[in-house]
Amino acid sequence: MGGFGVIEVVEPGPYATVQDLGRPGYAHLGVPRSGAADSRSAALANRLVGNPESAAVIELTFGGAVLRFARGVWVAITGAFCPVEVEGRTEGMSGPVWVPANAELRIGMPSCGLRTYVGVRGGITVEPVLGSRSTDSLSGLGPRPLQRGTVLPVGSTGAMLSVDLAPVAPFARQPVVGVIRGPRDDWFTPDALRDLCAEPYEVTSESNRVGLRLSGRPLIRSRQGELPSEGMVSGAIQVPPNGQPIVFLADHPPTGGYPVIGVVRSSDLPAVAQCRPGTRIRFRLTGAQEWPPTKPMSA
Amino acid sequence: MTGAMRRVGEDALLVETGSLAESHRLDAVLRGRRLAAVEEIVPGPESVLVVASGGSFGEIWAQIEEAVSERGTQGQAGAPGAAEVVVEVEYDGVDLEVVAELTGLRVDEVIARHCGSPFVVGWLGFAPGFAYLVGLDPALEVPRLEVPRTSVPAGSVAIAGGYSAIYPAASPGGWRLLGRTRMRVWDEHAEPPSLLQPGTRVRMVPA
Repeated sequence: MGGFGVIEVVEPGPYATVQDLGRPGYAHLGVPRSGAADSRSAALANRLVGNPESAAVIELTFGGAVLRFARGVWVAITGAFCPVEVEGRTEGMSGPVWVPANAELRIGMPSCGLRTYVGVRGGITVEPVLGSRSTDSLSGLGPRPLQRGTVLPVGSTGAMLSVDLAPVAPFARQPVVGVIRGPRDDWFTPDALRDLCAEPYEVTSESNRVGLRLSGRPLIRSRQGELPSEGMVSGAIQVPPNGQPIVFLADHPPTGGYPVIGVVRSSDLPAVAQCRPGTRIRFRLTGAQEWPPTKPMSA
Repeated sequence: MTGAMRRVGEDALLVETGSLAESHRLDAVLRGRRLAAVEEIVPGPESVLVVASGGSFGEIWAQIEEAVSERGTQGQAGAPGAAEVVVEVEYDGVDLEVVAELTGLRVDEVIARHCGSPFVVGWLGFAPGFAYLVGLDPALEVPRLEVPRTSVPAGSVAIAGGYSAIYPAASPGGWRLLGRTRMRVWDEHAEPPSLLQPGTRVRMVPA
C-alpha cells in the first residue's frame, strides 16, 4: 500500500488520533497494547469502506472535526452518533459516504457516546511503529495526536464496497456492564463484589484512553500491604487505596500494583469505552465462558 | 511454587509463581512453546500473566498447567541461558553525593557497590523498555525522590528502593541518578525493541 498526503486536518476537535488494532506482543517489554478504544466501531468503519479490520482509522473524542480530502474517497463514520456533513450536505452514520476531491467532511458533537471513528477506504497509512499505527497516549509511541494542519496519507484497496448501511444499536444511556470476578477479589471484603454491582458508578472527567475513573460506593479492602506488580488487561477494574475503581482501556499500563477485583466482559468493553464523563454505568456479575474457575495448583 | 491459576476475564489467566526465578522459568518455557493463540506473556515478580485470543481456552489452560508442573532448577532469577549485557556507566549523576550521604558510604564505594551488584532484569514496566533491575547491593537501598523530576534524560542510570534502572527515553522520574550510559537500551525500529528482556543479566562497569 502506497500513500500520499490525502487528508488535511482542518480542525481535529478536542482530541483525535490515528488508531488500528494496536501493538500486541510487547507487554513484557513495557509497551501498552493501545489501538482503537471502541474496537467494534473501528472495525465496522473499516468493513464499510472495504478495508481489512486491521486498517488504521481516525478516532475522534467528542467529535468536532473538519477534514479536507485532496482526492475523492469513500469514508464511513461509526461510533458515537454525530451530525455529518459533506460540502454542506447532511450524510448518515454507519454507511459508506463519498467525499469528492477538495471537499470537506464536517463532524459535529456527538449526541450520545464519546468516540467517533472515521474509516477511509485504503486506510490511513502513517508509518507504523512496532507493527501498529496507533497513537499510544500513555507511552507516546506512534503518530502524534492530530493537530490543525496535520496531513495524513491514505492507501488503496481493491476490495468491493458491499454494504449500504449497517444496523447499529444506539448506546445505552446507562449501560449495564458484565464483570467476571477476580483475579484479586480475595483482597476485598466479602461484600465488595456486591457493592460494585449494587449502585451505578459515575464516569469522572479524569477519564481518558488509559482508563475510566469512576466515582461511587468505595470498595473496601480486607488485606493491607502492597500487591507485587502484575500483568494487566483491558477491562481490568483496578482499585487504588481510595476504593474508587478504575476500568482500564486500550492505553493501560501493561503492569500494575493495585488489586483487580474483576474484569469487564470483552463484549461490553466497546460500550465502556463510549462512556463520557457523567455517564452512570451499572456492573453485573457474570460467568466467563469456557474457562475452568480459579483453582489451586497441585504443586 | 505456591501458586494458583487465576482467571483474568475471558481472555487471560494469571499464574502465581511465588518467586521471580519461577516467573522467569515459566516465561521462558511458555515463550519457547510458541502457542498460536497466546498474544502476551507478562512475567512479574511473583506471577506470569498469559493473554490469549481466539483460541481454545481449555487447550491453552492445559498447556500452561503442563509448563507449570515441569520442574526447573530453582535458583537465581534469570532465564536459563539468558544473555549478559555489560553497561558502561559514566558515574557523574546529580544524586551521587546524596546517595553517599543517605547510605553512609563514600562516593567511590557507592560506585563500587553498584558495579558489584549482580543485576538481572526482573520485569519491564513504567515505560517501554524500562527494566526493573533486581540484585542491587542492599547497602544502596534509598527511597525515591519525594518530588519526581519533570524530565530525566535518556540513558540515565538510577536507583530506588531495591532496584536499579536505565531510563530508555527522556521521561519524568523520581529515581536517584548515579550516572548515564551511551548504550541505547530502547530502539522502536529494532526487533526486539528492548535490549533488556526479563531474565537478561546486567553488569555495570565504569566507563
